[in-house]
Amino acid sequence: MRELKKEMVAMILAGGQGSRLRELTRDIAKPAVPFAGKYRIIDFALSNCSNSNIDTVGILTQYRPLVLNAHIGIGSSWDLDRQYGGVKILPPYVKQEGGRFYKGTANAVYENINYIDGYNPEYVLILSGDHIYKMDYMKMLETHKRRNADITIAVIEVPWEETNRFGILNTDENDTIIEFEEKPDQAKSNLASMGIYIFKWDQLRKYLLEDEGNPNSKNDFGKNIIPKMVEDNCNVTAYRFKGYWKDVGTVESLWEANMDLIRPGNELNLHDKKWRSYSVNPVSPPQFISPQGMVESSLINEGCIVEGDVKRSVLSPDVFVGLHAKVEECILMPGAVIEEGAEVYKTIVMSDAVVPKGTKILPDPQGQITVFTGEEGDRDHE
Amino acid sequence: MNNVMGIVNLSESSEHIADLTQTRTTAAIPLLGRYRVIDFTLSNMVNSGINNIAIFTQGRARSLTNHLGSGKHWGLDRKRDGLYVFHPETDFGDNIRRTGDLENFRNHLDYLKYSNQDFVILSRSYMICNIDYRKVVRQHVESGADITLVYKNMENSVRRFYGCDSLTLDDHHTIKGVGTNLGKKRFYDISMEMYVLKRDLLIKIIEEAVHRGEARFLKEAIFTRFDDLRIKGYAFDGYLACINSTQNYYLTNMDLLNVNYSKELFHNNGRIYTKVMDAPSTKYADNSYVSNSLIANGCIIEGTVENSILCRDVHVKKGAIIRNSIVLPNAIIHETTNLNYTILDKNVVITERKMLFGDSESPFVIKKNTVL
Repeated sequence: MRELKKEMVAMILAGGQGSRLRELTRDIAKPAVPFAGKYRIIDFALSNCSNSNIDTVGILTQYRPLVLNAHIGIGSSWDLDRQYGGVKILPPYVKQEGGRFYKGTANAVYENINYIDGYNPEYVLILSGDHIYKMDYMKMLETHKRRNADITIAVIEVPWEETNRFGILNTDENDTIIEFEEKPDQAKSNLASMGIYIFKWDQLRKYLLEDEGNPNSKNDFGKNIIPKMVEDNCNVTAYRFKGYWKDVGTVESLWEANMDLIRPGNELNLHDKKWRSYSVNPVSPPQFISPQGMVESSLINEGCIVEGDVKRSVLSPDVFVGLHAKVEECILMPGAVIEEGAEVYKTIVMSDAVVPKGTKILPDPQGQITVFTGEEGDRDHE
Repeated sequence: MNNVMGIVNLSESSEHIADLTQTRTTAAIPLLGRYRVIDFTLSNMVNSGINNIAIFTQGRARSLTNHLGSGKHWGLDRKRDGLYVFHPETDFGDNIRRTGDLENFRNHLDYLKYSNQDFVILSRSYMICNIDYRKVVRQHVESGADITLVYKNMENSVRRFYGCDSLTLDDHHTIKGVGTNLGKKRFYDISMEMYVLKRDLLIKIIEEAVHRGEARFLKEAIFTRFDDLRIKGYAFDGYLACINSTQNYYLTNMDLLNVNYSKELFHNNGRIYTKVMDAPSTKYADNSYVSNSLIANGCIIEGTVENSILCRDVHVKKGAIIRNSIVLPNAIIHETTNLNYTILDKNVVITERKMLFGDSESPFVIKKNTVL
C-alpha cells in the first residue's frame, strides 16, 4: 500500500473536555456540542477537510467519546467514507508496556505516529475540533510550500484588548514567526494563533520523538513543540486568515456565536452552496409554523413545531414550542420541548429537556447565560 | 419480512399533472417541502422490513436516478439485495418502444426469477400514505388468497380519486370487479394499487400474458385472471392521497398543514426518508411573517408566507407575499411580489413587483427554470 501515498493527512484534536461549557459537556465531548441548530462543533473542521479535498482524517478522542463516535460513524456525512484513507477515530490505547490516556495534544499525535506513517504523507495538518470557521486548507498548504516552511500557523487579527486571551505570534516583515507568547499581558502584535498548523511530517515526527523523551515537557503543541521549533530557528511561517473564526470555549461564547448567525450580514454564510457545512441530517419532516406561531430573527430546523412566539433564537431539529410560549434569545437543542405558556429568556435548553407549563426562566441579572438541563438542579429557576 | 420483496411500478399516467412532469416522472416530483413522491412508497417498504426493492421506470428517469443514488438514504445500499432500477429497453430491431409496462417486466424477468423472496409487494409511487405492509402480508398469508389488494373505503372525497381504480367487494372482502372512479359517488372503495402475491404467481401472470398477447399493462394481465384467482381486499383506513393531477398535488400539500394528517403521515409506522441535502437552518429575518406553513431547511425568509409550503433553499425577499402556494426548491421570490394559489417549480425566479394569482381549483403553475 506504500505507493498509495497521501500528500497531507489531517489530525483533529477532539479529546478536550471543555469544562467552561459547564453542563453542556457533562455527558459529551466539546466537539460534539450542538451548534447553529443542525451542526455539532466538529462538523466545521470536518466539512473544511471535505471541501478542501483532504480525504484522510484522524480524530483524536478521549473525553466522553460515545456521542462523538456515533456522530462521526464511518464519515459518510462528510464524504469521508473512503476505500483508502477516510476518517478514523483514534482513542488512547493499551500496549504491551501498558496504556495511558493522552498526556497532551502533541502526545496524542505521537501515540498515533503509526497511523500517519501508514499514509507516508509529505505534510500533516493539525486541527482543533472546537472552532467555528470556514477555511480552504489547500490555500494554506500552497503558502506552506511556497515558503518552504517547516511549520505554517494560521493566524487571525484579534482586537488588541482581547490579545491576552490568545496565543500571540510576533512576526517579522515577511510573516516569519520570531516569537510565540501564550496569553501575554502586553502584546506586541494582535495576530492570534488559530490552532491550525501544517507541518512537514518528517520534521514533526522528529520533534514529537524528541518531545516525548523530555520528562519536563507538557507534550503540548502550543506550549512545547512550537516554541521549541521557533527556538531552533526552524522556518515558522504565519498564514493570515480573514473571515469568521470563533473558539466557542465558554457557554457565553457559544451563545454569542449562535446569535452572530442571526444578525444580518454575518460573516459565516452557512447558505453558501459552494462551501456547504455538512452534518448528520435528521430524518424529520419540514418545520411547521402554526397559525398562532410567530417567528422573528431566528434559525429553525427540520421537525420543529412552533405554536408560540420565537424571537432571536436558534432552534435545533425536532424542537416543540407550545401555544403562548415565549422564547427569546435562546438556543434550544435537539428535541427540546417548551410547553404551553412557558417563558424562556437568554437560556440554552439542552437536548430533549422539557420546560414545563408555567415555567418562567428570566434573563440572569449578571448577564450569564442560563443552561437548562431539565433535571432537579434547574428547579430554582421556577 | 425477509421473505418479501417490493416492486414500484412507475407506469403511471401523468397527463393530468403535465406541468410538473415535463422534465421528470410523477415519482420524482418534489412534495411536502423536502420529499419526492416516491419517498413515501420506499419508506413504507423499508419501514416494513423489505430490503429488496426494484423500481420499474418508464424512462425520463434522470431526476429520479439522481434522487435515488445508491439507495443509501433509505438504507438500501446493500451487499445482498438492495435497490434496483429497471428502465424500458428499446428494441433496436424495429426501433420501437412498445407501449405498456408488460414489456419492461418481461425484459427484466430474470431479476424476478433470481430473487430469493417468496412474496412480492407490487406498488405505485403516487399513493401517499403511511402503511405497515407487515399487516397486509400477514392477512394475505392467513386468508389464503392468491392476491391481496389494498384499498380504502372513501366517504365524501368526491373528486380526490378521480380516474383511480374503483373496486366492488363482496361481504367476505373478495374483489368482484375493478372499474374506474368517475368521481360521481360519495361512497366508494378505491384501489391503492398495492398488491401482495407470490413471486412465482407474478412470473406466471407475466409469462402467460406475454404468451397470449392480450395485455400491454401488468394491471390488465392481473385483472383478466379474475375468474381463476382469489383476490381479496385489505382495508386501509389511514390518511391517503393520490398525486395523479395538478389539483390533487396541490390539495395533498395543503392537507399536510393539518397537524393530525402530518402526525400520521410523518410519524405513524416509521419515518419518511429522503435524499439529504445538508441545507442549513432556515433563517427568519426580523421583518418576516410566517403563519400556518411547512418550511424546509435552507430557506431565507424576509417577507410574508401564509398557508404555504416552501421546499429547500427558497429565498423570499423583503416585502414579497406568498399565500396558499407551493414553492419548489431553489426558487427566488424578489421584493414586493405577490403570489396567491400558485405552484412554482424548481429554480423559478420571480422578479420584483409581479402579481400572480391562481385559485384553489386550478393553481397557477410556473414551470421549472422560468425567470419571470
